Amino acid sequence: MTQTETSPTRARRDEGPPAVDVLDLRKDFRRRRKRAGAGGAALDGIRFTVERGECVAVLGQNGSGKSTLVRVLSTLLLADGGSARVFGHDVVADAKAVRRLVNRVSVEASFFKKLSAAENLHYAARFYGMTAGQTRGRIPEILGRVGFPPERRGEPMENLSRGMQQKVALARALLTSPVLLLLDEPTTGLDPRSKLEVQSFVREVRAAHDATILLCTHDLVEAEALADRVGILDRGRLLCLEPPAALRRRYAAETLEEAFFTATGREFEDERPQEEVTA
Amino acid sequence: MKAVALTLKHELIGLGGVVERNVYLTRRYIWWDLAFFLWTVANTLTIVFIAKGIEATGGEIDVDRATTTLLIGAVVWAYLGIIFEFITETVAWERWEGTIEYTFMAPLSRAMHLGGTGVFSVLYGLVRAVLLFAVVALFFDLALGGASFGAALVVLLVASVSFFGIGIMTAVLPLLSPEKGAQLGFVAQGLLLVVSGVYYPVSVLPAWMEWVSTISPATYALEGIRAAILDGAPLNSLWPQIWPLLVIGVASIPLGLWVFSLGERHAKRRGKLKRSG
Repeated sequence: MTQTETSPTRARRDEGPPAVDVLDLRKDFRRRRKRAGAGGAALDGIRFTVERGECVAVLGQNGSGKSTLVRVLSTLLLADGGSARVFGHDVVADAKAVRRLVNRVSVEASFFKKLSAAENLHYAARFYGMTAGQTRGRIPEILGRVGFPPERRGEPMENLSRGMQQKVALARALLTSPVLLLLDEPTTGLDPRSKLEVQSFVREVRAAHDATILLCTHDLVEAEALADRVGILDRGRLLCLEPPAALRRRYAAETLEEAFFTATGREFEDERPQEEVTA
Repeated sequence: MKAVALTLKHELIGLGGVVERNVYLTRRYIWWDLAFFLWTVANTLTIVFIAKGIEATGGEIDVDRATTTLLIGAVVWAYLGIIFEFITETVAWERWEGTIEYTFMAPLSRAMHLGGTGVFSVLYGLVRAVLLFAVVALFFDLALGGASFGAALVVLLVASVSFFGIGIMTAVLPLLSPEKGAQLGFVAQGLLLVVSGVYYPVSVLPAWMEWVSTISPATYALEGIRAAILDGAPLNSLWPQIWPLLVIGVASIPLGLWVFSLGERHAKRRGKLKRSG
């Protein structure tokens, strides 16, 4: 089933195009299967919109297509069909405009590990046109906001815990003031305390910066706690996208986990084999 | 007009960011760099001692001239290696650290991204080349009083534009083959130098290789630098070497960027920017 999922929150429609507008998006990494038009694509004709200021969570198992979606929206992957627009800009034809609006935090906090948090943030900010004068005050301020200890700013990233590294990743994303923040399993592998800190920071960012957030996760509690609407992505197909309460009602479920099971016919922990997804 | 100026400013700040990052990395890996420098000195010595070896085994050559000729060849080889290594590493190292997706999703043009690496590699390579020449020259009693080092440096700088352009083409290799692409950069370096008379005049090459040497920037770089250092040729007499370098440089950078854009597009289609799973 391919369906159009549109936000019930239409108040912001008049302000311009939606933050994210995805139409019949397709991506298949397997060339032979692609030619044959066989199923099992990483993204199989998904459609949805995310309104400005909204937080949408996309739930899915490993290999369901969540990261592929995030990569297409952040101009890192070219789709095979359909279109994706960010604030009206096509992610292929107008990639540079999209890049100015978007930033991303992924499951791995990827940094030059021998460099310090401050060094990693300094050079990354230059890529967005920020001068040394602009970053000198902003980096300590933003690291402070994510709860990063000031005395550790000069330490190589390799000495930091995974939770600390993820805080720096959040700081890197926010440093460029993105209006669309793509969060690809940002709390996976974090201890409970770090997870709560990251989640509370995401809430703060949304409230303070009016950022639009697309959260891809397989953490059901996180999705329910943070998102206005929750979608279920299964084998590259978006099965639904609704507010959590509506989703539970639709599948006559008490919890999101039950709703997921009913929608997909599988337990949430079941994992799609990786070789089915990538070439 | 104002928008164009602002975009240009952002691009130049981004280029500076790439240089800044490489400065940070060089600082962190300085002892490794020193170790590699020692290896380069040892490697260069094994080549340059060949001149003395020929004399010792009864050959009749001008040892000083042959030694300097070999030294220049080895230094240019090392310099080219640094440029190719840095630019190819732009992709390979970032793939390894996992930062490549963050760099490629930044609003910085590929020309400035790669340009920043090029600027740093030229500066770093020049320092290494000058030090290498000076350290190895200490092992020999070379008469370099009449050498025109300034002119040699200018020729090397002009040649760097072409080397950078070709380096961009090799930088695309890790995008095509994440496992083996970076090593293929060495193949490009070797092929370029073998036809360019790195340790011998190009006239000794087979006719077809001699023809290929006319489109290699390293040929003109080696000729010009040797003329400046061995014969003390002033800069204004090196125009026959400089103009081909300028022409190749002007052609190679857009060509390199085009080749890189094809590779980037391929990687984005096949999901090869970052290995996941």
